[in-house]
Amino acid sequence: MVTAINNALEIGMRENENVVLLGEDIGKDGGVFRVTEGLQAKFGENRVIDTPLAEAGIAGMSVGMALSGLKPVAEMQFAGFMFLAFDQMINHAARYRSRTRGAFTVPMIVRTPVSGGVRTLEHHSESPEVYYSHMGGLIVVEPSTPYDAKGLMLKALHSEDPIVFLEPTKLYRLFKQEIPDEAYEVPIGKASVVKEGSKLSIITYGTMVPLVKEVVEKKKIDAEIVDLRTINPLDEAAILASAKKTGRVLIVHEASLSFGAGAEVAARIAEKAMFELEAPIMRIASPSLPYPFPGYEKYYVPGAKRISQAIDKLLEA
Amino acid sequence: MGFLEINAFDGEIKYLQIMDEKGNIDPALYPKDLDDTKILSMYNYMLLARMFDAKVLSLQRQGRAVTYAPLVGEEATQIGTAFALRKEDIFVPSFRQHGSYIVRGFPMESMFLYWRGYEEGASVQGDKGDLPVAVPVATQVLHGAGMAFAQKYKKTGNVALVYVGDGGTSEGEFYEALNFAGVMKLPLIVIIENNQWAISIPRAKQSAAKTLAQKAIAAGIRGVQVDGNDVVAVYKATKEAIDSAADGPTVIECVTYRMSMHTTADDPTKYRSDSEVEQWKPKDPIARVKTYLEGKGLWNDELESKATAEFSKQIDEAVEKAEKFVENPESMFDNIYSFMPDTLKDELEDAKANGFWQGDK
Repeated sequence: MVTAINNALEIGMRENENVVLLGEDIGKDGGVFRVTEGLQAKFGENRVIDTPLAEAGIAGMSVGMALSGLKPVAEMQFAGFMFLAFDQMINHAARYRSRTRGAFTVPMIVRTPVSGGVRTLEHHSESPEVYYSHMGGLIVVEPSTPYDAKGLMLKALHSEDPIVFLEPTKLYRLFKQEIPDEAYEVPIGKASVVKEGSKLSIITYGTMVPLVKEVVEKKKIDAEIVDLRTINPLDEAAILASAKKTGRVLIVHEASLSFGAGAEVAARIAEKAMFELEAPIMRIASPSLPYPFPGYEKYYVPGAKRISQAIDKLLEA
Repeated sequence: MGFLEINAFDGEIKYLQIMDEKGNIDPALYPKDLDDTKILSMYNYMLLARMFDAKVLSLQRQGRAVTYAPLVGEEATQIGTAFALRKEDIFVPSFRQHGSYIVRGFPMESMFLYWRGYEEGASVQGDKGDLPVAVPVATQVLHGAGMAFAQKYKKTGNVALVYVGDGGTSEGEFYEALNFAGVMKLPLIVIIENNQWAISIPRAKQSAAKTLAQKAIAAGIRGVQVDGNDVVAVYKATKEAIDSAADGPTVIECVTYRMSMHTTADDPTKYRSDSEVEQWKPKDPIARVKTYLEGKGLWNDELESKATAEFSKQIDEAVEKAEKFVENPESMFDNIYSFMPDTLKDELEDAKANGFWQGDK
């Protein structure tokens, strides 16, 4: 996935000279996860900017750059540090278009690694997708495959909207996937049916997608797996279609249970497809408490066993 | 009409060094309350801190510790500041001050436990004036200001001392803290542990300001720059800041060098030259004190090997204790609120009933 995003950024920078990358350690160091590796050497220090250490500064600068016609792609080193930029994201990036009734737009991208499972220090494992989705005004995408990562990044680079681009740290190098060399887009706001099935629907995204796939393959069950790919705006049509098709829905995400994206998905199914369900909707998520230090994360993040048990329970219901 | 000559700010930034790289002391600047016994003690702490650091690094390489930020090279800044601090003063670290922690009497076994990835390692706070590690850069400087306010409010006479790195001085919260402390005349001491590198970003790319200490001038407070590898100068500057804390805050920029990586997760050879690192080797903070003490007949190879053997034993015992720690996954749920909400209790009961979903089946 690291290579896929790097490739998309390079294509985007070649296509459009207004694309500018900024962030902490993204230049010479190529970013702490190497997503921007080699780009400063290719495009120079003026287009791949190592900034001082200031997240609010990076976000606010990006808003200003976008207001003046540039296409900034900011990197926040970790999602846990991006809260320092929250004011700029919520009060400005999300609102400029509506505030000015479209006279100003903020076509910026903020990329950040999210979620855990890789034994990192405190504040390096957050899953903040809902914070950025809740108010409206910000598009929130989260690819789970290299193919989707490249296609969504290119789509984001061509978009007029402010986009929060969440990259699951665990999936950066978890598996390899052959992807096209040339430019292509993956639509924003469209879920992907990763696997067709008829007995139950598992709606998921981010770090949980490969895990769910693995469990389903191991159990050899006829499950449909839906990867949301975009958290906001939600692909309600895809969610309802799958729920109606199988009649049983399991929602799996790494972010905490309470007020998570799963609650939104479940509510929409309950509102619009309840009478086509065979069993109550089930949710699997991390406990409703802050992400623990690495020693305890194995007890915190949903694992294969937990997902497997939930599938059995849902099929019996 | 026209421009008026005004003195927009007052103050200047002085650079203080008392013990040079060869261990020579400037007697005119030698702090009154310092003696060789104290220097000997600081030397021992620096030695212990460096050994502790090497131990965690080796544990990390064996998978027995999580990502770790080494302190090697920054011993004088950490030990000198912590040594000047009084027990009842407030201590607000960033994430690299392992040496300061040791001086504060924080149990090494707790530190090892923290760096093995357990909250239990952050649950020892002494008299609650010593804060745990703060990971989000510079956010803790405001906590230091708030705690300093509380000291003034309660008339304790104590100061709050907070650490921040050179990179941290670029964060908004750093400026906000200095500004609050200036306006409110708080007994706050801000130690800028300027180790020249914020991961891959060199000091020159962090700020166009000539010194980081001069950021104090804009806040209307005292700023001083010291040789951060000179434990005597660091001690003196901190002591003076403590003694004058009733008159307001001080920023002390300790000019030192990160001899190793930012954390175990990065590779400094990618972004900085070996020759730069070599240039700093003769400025080692420990070597110069050793030379000084040997010159005074207070230290020799025999004492050195005795001390390192003793420290090595202490460190091994602390590691052993930390590694005997038994995980308690239920503890994750214990301190989220002052009470247990019903919904959270349900989640806990579910997890417990299923053994936190450990094992294969």
